[in-house]
Amino acid sequence: MDLKTFIIVAVIKILLVVFIMLTAVAYTTLLERKLVARIQNRWGPTRVGPFGLLQPLADGIKFILKEDLVPDNAHKGLYILAPMLALAMSLIAIAIVPFGKSITIRGIEIPLQITGIGGAGGLSDINIGLLIILGATSIGVYGVALAGWSSNSKYSLLGSLRASAQMISYELALGLSLVGILLLAGTLSLRGIVDSQIQGSRWFGFLPHWYIFPQFIAFFIYLMAAFAETNRIPFDLPEAETELVAGYHTEYSAMKFAMFFMAEYVNMFTVGCVATLLFFGGWHGPAIPSAPTIVQALLPVFYFAVKVFFFIFLYIWIRGTLPRFRYDQLMAFGWKFLLPLAIANIIITSLIVAWRA
Amino acid sequence: MVHQILFIVFGVICVAGAINLLAQRHPINSALSLVVVMSSLALIYLLLGAEFVAAIQIIVYAGAIMVLFVFVIMLLNAGAEERTQGSRIALLIGVPGVIVLASTIGWILIKNNRQLGGITIGSSNFGATSRIANLLFKDFLLPFEITSVLILIAIMGAVVLGKREG
Repeated sequence: MDLKTFIIVAVIKILLVVFIMLTAVAYTTLLERKLVARIQNRWGPTRVGPFGLLQPLADGIKFILKEDLVPDNAHKGLYILAPMLALAMSLIAIAIVPFGKSITIRGIEIPLQITGIGGAGGLSDINIGLLIILGATSIGVYGVALAGWSSNSKYSLLGSLRASAQMISYELALGLSLVGILLLAGTLSLRGIVDSQIQGSRWFGFLPHWYIFPQFIAFFIYLMAAFAETNRIPFDLPEAETELVAGYHTEYSAMKFAMFFMAEYVNMFTVGCVATLLFFGGWHGPAIPSAPTIVQALLPVFYFAVKVFFFIFLYIWIRGTLPRFRYDQLMAFGWKFLLPLAIANIIITSLIVAWRA
Repeated sequence: MVHQILFIVFGVICVAGAINLLAQRHPINSALSLVVVMSSLALIYLLLGAEFVAAIQIIVYAGAIMVLFVFVIMLLNAGAEERTQGSRIALLIGVPGVIVLASTIGWILIKNNRQLGGITIGSSNFGATSRIANLLFKDFLLPFEITSVLILIAIMGAVVLGKREG
């Protein structure tokens, strides 16, 4: 693939992924409202369009038309920068995620991943993909921290302090929970990790070679840390309405607020994608040999989407079920329980890997 | 060619960030300029083929350490600082001194490019994850572990000092 084709293909992929991702985010908000309503024995939005299906569109128009306020004595540059940073970093993380193997159009093999390259040497992607996702998440903390500080409000500052302390604390457990997978797969490339799960022999002869089975402790830690990373219930202390109004985005209105909102949901998707790739074999699923070519090509993407949807559903389900932690419980849980558990998991996994080698 | 252009772009961003770091009066602006410097350094590492170092630079320096800096500035609520008059000695001796030092270091580096193990941009992978791992956990295992113990001692020292004050 020469440079010109690469750039054209990359731009098309970026536009497509951003469009699909933001549409998915819009409809996830509807799904969340509908599901939580069902859990609480209500109907949820039903007025706009059939079954309320056009509700996200109405919300979007409202976000665009609302007045865009900047509070007095806010640090204006950082106040504007913060939501952009949050959204940009969450979208950068999506660029690393492979959604499927590849499709071939006019003889050019195109990997279904923004940062992947097809060519004579086969498919390749960034060989430190996982680290880039962690890096983008850690830069995303600035969006939250700066939003609270620059809006010059007590509630915002307290919310952003809580949020960034929580994100930094749980990032350790999150990163360490992934080390067990890396030891088994032997690569940091997300495509490589998925390939090693697809090619591996079945566990006990019947379970697929997904890393959830040997690494279920890591999966538990990852799930807990991921909920905390994305500031979702039961770890949504940063935006605890009863204490902090709305946390770090109290002072934000209109599209700037919507950007924080979108960033949070894109982060949910990223977390779900990473869990799918690392623990559930990515786009791996039963093949249908008799299906037409177009179905064959899109089946892996379908499996991937189904697995990610499962995580989104889990997020909403838990939101409708669990109450909120207290802040000291949250910190104690992260540092005194998850972190030692993650380290123990790494030690046991590396001993087993060394023993088998 | 693409690599050279990218190198120049990120080099300029890096230097501009460093100058901005010194010129800004508000500490949070300076801290954020430092984040820009570190991120563009990471991208230059990436151009040199040291992808692992680049990722760690972002995660550890830009992501973890600088967030703590920003935290402290936010909590202390440090305002904009006043400019001092600036000393004449610094202007007379400091500026020429820095120029001489920088040009000497640059000249030595360019002159002894071969002996120092110079590489071409975009054609090396000396910083691949497996090579770093081989260096850290095979060739330099003992120094690496001793350094980690040293850092551990520093953490323990900080805890002890903190307890005494509180």
